Amino acid sequence: MIELKLPALGAEMEEGKLLEWRVKPGDKVKRGDVVAVVDTTKAAVDVESWNEGTVHELRIAVGETVPVGTVIATLLAPGESAPAAGAPAPAPSRKPVSPAARARAKALGLDAEAIAGSGPQGAVTVEDVERAAAAARPVDRAGEMRRAIGAAMSRSKREIPHYYLAETIPMARAAEWLAAENARRPVAERLLMGVVQLKAVALSLSRAPELNGFWRDGAFAPSSAIHLGVAISLRGGGLVAPAIHDVDRKSLGELMRDLADLVTRARAGSLRSSEMSDPTITVTNLGENGVEAVHAVIYPPQVAIVGLGRISVRPWADEAGLRAMPLVTATLAGDHRVSDGMRGARFLSELRQRLQHPEDL
Amino acid sequence: MNDGDIRKELVAIVRSIAPELEEGDIVASRPLREQVDLDSMDWLKVIVGVHEKLHVDIPEADYGKLRTLDDWISYLRGRLA
Repeated sequence: MIELKLPALGAEMEEGKLLEWRVKPGDKVKRGDVVAVVDTTKAAVDVESWNEGTVHELRIAVGETVPVGTVIATLLAPGESAPAAGAPAPAPSRKPVSPAARARAKALGLDAEAIAGSGPQGAVTVEDVERAAAAARPVDRAGEMRRAIGAAMSRSKREIPHYYLAETIPMARAAEWLAAENARRPVAERLLMGVVQLKAVALSLSRAPELNGFWRDGAFAPSSAIHLGVAISLRGGGLVAPAIHDVDRKSLGELMRDLADLVTRARAGSLRSSEMSDPTITVTNLGENGVEAVHAVIYPPQVAIVGLGRISVRPWADEAGLRAMPLVTATLAGDHRVSDGMRGARFLSELRQRLQHPEDL
Repeated sequence: MNDGDIRKELVAIVRSIAPELEEGDIVASRPLREQVDLDSMDWLKVIVGVHEKLHVDIPEADYGKLRTLDDWISYLRGRLA
């Protein structure tokens, strides 16, 4: 029997409320299938199964709030049969629902069978329907999100000894290359500079593996995969930082599609649990908002965050003399428990080099 | 396609990206990106939307000409002629 637990979908998440089951007992699921939708303080998130199997039992009801780590469902592994005694397979056994409750649920747009019943033999009553409807009602999302961000950032500032580095990077080559590249690409496949920067960050991490991973149980756990958390501001305030997976191994075209998809889903509130729980480092790009540099706060349990400011034409001096040049200020906040400024400097220097050779990204 | 039709298509495209926007919210003579708070990803979606709906392929080099809704309408009128 496989236990499916409520995953932590972000550092500050302690509990989640079940909004919807996407499976029922008897359904076959594979790894990555969405089994439930859970409301966190930040967004409604699609919870995926990490295993293959057949849904045996749904342990919690729609509207219920449970702590992270709670077993929410059980799966039978392929080939495993349901335990015979005691527990009758809950498969298509129809749940008793009072006619009044059924009518009320229909009026409210709820699935009466998916509601936890408190009546005789677990029958669903009108009160149960009302309770489920109240639980499903939207909460003060903006206020909750602000509290959640506050909690995560307070923890970060309390626990993580941050160090900060900054580097000014010439962007003329990258800008010229991108303009030429976009001129030959069809409209729907054009790239944004933000994507070029994400790929450069991912590749540069190979020179500083101490920046990519997690601080867990008093020790650093490096990650071999590079999943970049991308800070996305939401219309109406707040932000989420879901991951784009394996950024170092994807083409710029693939990353562009992934980013466009992620922004759309973040704003529509339909992110997946794996995206919320596994960024190995975050990139925050405030260039759009016009600031020159951002000194960001690390998102625990990660150990570093990269900040990118606006690309703007400023004076630049090098061997060729003084010129006007598009520049970006890249910053790094690192966790001193894991890395030193020297390693962070190596990363920023690598990032500057990579951005001078955009054709290799 | 007259200016009114172009405007209607454009506003529909922008509203598909910024659903909080009301029909009358856009002042045609003021910069669109300031009024609607479009970031570069949103902007690209507008460009792609115009390509899909009106079959006009706008090169990046022309983005600078497209500040206000009025700019958009006169630009597209020229391209659609």
